[in-house]
Amino acid sequence: MQLVEEKLDEHHLDEKEVVDVVVRFAGDSGDGMQLTGTNFAQATALYGNDLSTFPDFPAEIRAPVGATFGVSAFQIYFGAEDITTAGDSLDVLVAMNPAALVTNLGNLITGGLIIVDSGSFTAKNLTKAKYKTNPLEDGSLNGFRLLSIDISKQVLSAVEPFGLGHKSSLRCKNIWALGLVMWLFDRDRDPTIESLKTKFANKPEIANANIAALNAGHAYGETAELPTGIHVYKVPKAKVSPGTYRNITGTTALAWGLIAGSELSEIDLVFASYPITPASNVLHELVTHKQFRVKTFQAEDEIAAVCAAVGASFAGSLGVTSSSGPGITLKAEGMALAAASELPLIVVDSQRGGPSTGMPTKTEQSDFNMALYGRHGDTPLPVVAASTPTDCFEVAIEAVRIATKYMTPVVLLSDGYLANASEPWQIPDVESLPAFPVKHFTEVEGFKPSLRDEETLARVWAKPGTPGLEHRIGGIERSYETGDISYDPENHQKMTDLRAAKVEGIADDIPLQDVCYGKDTGKLAVVGWGSTFGAIHQAVKRASAEGLEVSHIQVRYLCPLPRNLGELLNNFEAVLIPEMNTGQFIRLIRSEYLIDAIGLNKVAGQPFKIGEILAAIHQKYAELKSES
Amino acid sequence: MNKPLSTLTLKDFASDQEVRWCPGCGDYAILKTMQKLMPELNRPKENQVFISGIGCSSRFPYYMNTYGFHTIHGRAPAIATGVKLANPELDVWVITGDGDGFSIGGNHILHVIRRNVDLQILLFNNQTYGLTKGQYSPTSELGTRSPSSPEGSTDSPLSPCHVAFGSGGTFVARSIDTEARHLSATVKKAHAHQGAAFIEILQNCPIYNDGIFEQVKDKKLAPDFRVEIEHGQPIVFGQDNEKAIYLNRETLSLEIITTAGNEEKVLVHDETNKSQGQLLAAMSGPDLPVAVGVLYRAERPSFTEESERQLGKARSTSASLQALLHSGHTWDVK
Repeated sequence: MQLVEEKLDEHHLDEKEVVDVVVRFAGDSGDGMQLTGTNFAQATALYGNDLSTFPDFPAEIRAPVGATFGVSAFQIYFGAEDITTAGDSLDVLVAMNPAALVTNLGNLITGGLIIVDSGSFTAKNLTKAKYKTNPLEDGSLNGFRLLSIDISKQVLSAVEPFGLGHKSSLRCKNIWALGLVMWLFDRDRDPTIESLKTKFANKPEIANANIAALNAGHAYGETAELPTGIHVYKVPKAKVSPGTYRNITGTTALAWGLIAGSELSEIDLVFASYPITPASNVLHELVTHKQFRVKTFQAEDEIAAVCAAVGASFAGSLGVTSSSGPGITLKAEGMALAAASELPLIVVDSQRGGPSTGMPTKTEQSDFNMALYGRHGDTPLPVVAASTPTDCFEVAIEAVRIATKYMTPVVLLSDGYLANASEPWQIPDVESLPAFPVKHFTEVEGFKPSLRDEETLARVWAKPGTPGLEHRIGGIERSYETGDISYDPENHQKMTDLRAAKVEGIADDIPLQDVCYGKDTGKLAVVGWGSTFGAIHQAVKRASAEGLEVSHIQVRYLCPLPRNLGELLNNFEAVLIPEMNTGQFIRLIRSEYLIDAIGLNKVAGQPFKIGEILAAIHQKYAELKSES
Repeated sequence: MNKPLSTLTLKDFASDQEVRWCPGCGDYAILKTMQKLMPELNRPKENQVFISGIGCSSRFPYYMNTYGFHTIHGRAPAIATGVKLANPELDVWVITGDGDGFSIGGNHILHVIRRNVDLQILLFNNQTYGLTKGQYSPTSELGTRSPSSPEGSTDSPLSPCHVAFGSGGTFVARSIDTEARHLSATVKKAHAHQGAAFIEILQNCPIYNDGIFEQVKDKKLAPDFRVEIEHGQPIVFGQDNEKAIYLNRETLSLEIITTAGNEEKVLVHDETNKSQGQLLAAMSGPDLPVAVGVLYRAERPSFTEESERQLGKARSTSASLQALLHSGHTWDVK
């Protein structure tokens, strides 16, 4: 199905109270936009809005100043109702230079608010952004609310007492802008002040200068005479169920899920990985939590990382490795070794734009086929996918449970969007998480390495250091009976069938597929997996509100698929599958259930917009109506 | 339960698997030496773990009645690192060959040595790819004729011991497959070493590279082509120790001198001297004898020790999952 976008009904900034708002902070990659956005998100969460954030940054760490390819942005969608995406279009754009303006203006709604640092609109910067005339003066921004302030000048005067020098003073620009936006939405500055104090604990003058800039930006909003139509906006608090909440990114949720999994399984975790965007942060997070049953290892390459994880599993810990597409390719042989020797292993793939180096900081779902099939030999492996940043926590625990219970590698699919995006999370009660303690085998009598659980088909886990259980395993085909090397033809057939049956059997140990929005029968089912959840949810919700019989199904277990999925999909007249690839999951659904599902595909390095999925729903719905 | 340590013999370390190397392969001798040495190490049998990659030598773990993992080509050092990381109590042995360790697995071998992971690496160097039927390997002499180099190989060989030196190795040694006593003593020292202990074992492949090390192995030839080095001892060789090694300080090179009358000039082996170890490692025929023994040994904290120390520090603080989930900014909704 062709990808088209429908503009959603927007809440304009004419009113004093708005239901939801999308704000995007954009500037040079060295301008501190991520820090600005993170602090605004924190204040917004504490204010009581629901929210979703989307950091969107270039691969270049410090691109040339003023370049369009160096623009780093942080987008936040917040409001009074449930928010599951970072928003289709912008209500407020904070542009720290001409490049940030030119690359983001197209996404601003008519009548939207632009806050710019006019001090950065120099001839040089305008040229770098390919502006022939200054947009602040040539009338091209007439359709928008424009707040043009010489932020550079304001900051220099605000931080002057701290004696930082010109360059360091200007680095507080982002925090000044943050102060202004906080005024605009009536956010509390205290948490930001606290976090600045912590961040610059060793440099009190920098901390104080930033705090002064924050307050000055806020005071500017309060005191300056602003153009008509720019005032403080009230965004009502969201109605959410009672509990304790925090903001969390997918990366942190995933790392904490792995820690929780090791606690619940009572198995040590050895996390081995090699730096790669956007997966490195899982290692950075885990390395600071070694007080738990966690050990970490930065390997010399991706292959060594998966192999160290397999070695750790052989030794009785749970080996976990994590990477992104190109790195996962290199791990394939190690994964197959773990499958052949029947050892637990978790492989986390934070997918990014491919092939090859592709777009390292941009999101995609194009490793689905690799996760399911990307190995030599007949090597089926369980595959699970997280659908939201907070879902990463539960999915990581599930991966630990499946890997240790079935003695198999498990592939956990995340992506660049989930890794970096954040949302509020109702913190679960740790006591309520079901434990699944894993016992290593110790029985000497009758031991052989080929012993297996009759129900799960999992091989015994006998770890080195256990007296009397000395044994050898490896990548060579093993006898079903003894575990010794075997080239027997019938045995190979039996072992191949066994490996497949073991993975297939997991389908009896996972929940049946549910419908996450709408009825379990109807005209159209929109079926997603992974990070498409948020956009599908909003689109289906809006379509339902229009009276359409549309349901949303989000599949977490990609291999094996839930037992009832085929039956469930057959309850609908049509099935629409949006994916951030050219159509990978859809081929599985079509071949597995012989369903004439239709795909909606986007490979732009950006998540789906709600309006894109809504347009596809409308189009398919119209086709269904005209057919009937 | 296993038998008491003091009663273990060679037989306790031989597995029930039929050994499948070619008749006359040097690997048989190494296996026997290792099985015989195991009881002497006086370490629990269940703590011995042999990790190998792919190749003839990598079948080794199947024949040891210990824990063993026959893994994938070149990756044994990485897998062994994971094993040691998971359980530092284990005695980890990496069994590899010249192709496995220095071609496909070259990256891992240099990093396991660089990190100084506390394990032993036994490199079976037969200068050929035996299991794939005799192609030239990264240690084959220039011009080696093989199925993949019928006109002679065009790539120069690397020196495994020098790779170990270059990687910051803290224990670099060389021995010979059939010299049971020497090999056993060298392995024992490697086992006692804290850190990555690397031993190059010159090993004969009777099928594809027969006699490649004949000069250093043959009873008659060896005294003139091989020198056994021992810490603190003068480096002498020949049928009656009539020849000695001399360090020419002008050219920074080793030379052969006659022992008689030159006693003062004879180089005394100092295994803590890295430069000297590298010079000795480089000696090769026909001009100089091949040195066997411990070329270099240094005390440096091992990766295992250091990571355990950091872990111990981290684990001295309390670990509450509940507290972790509630760390940082949180808010309550009533």
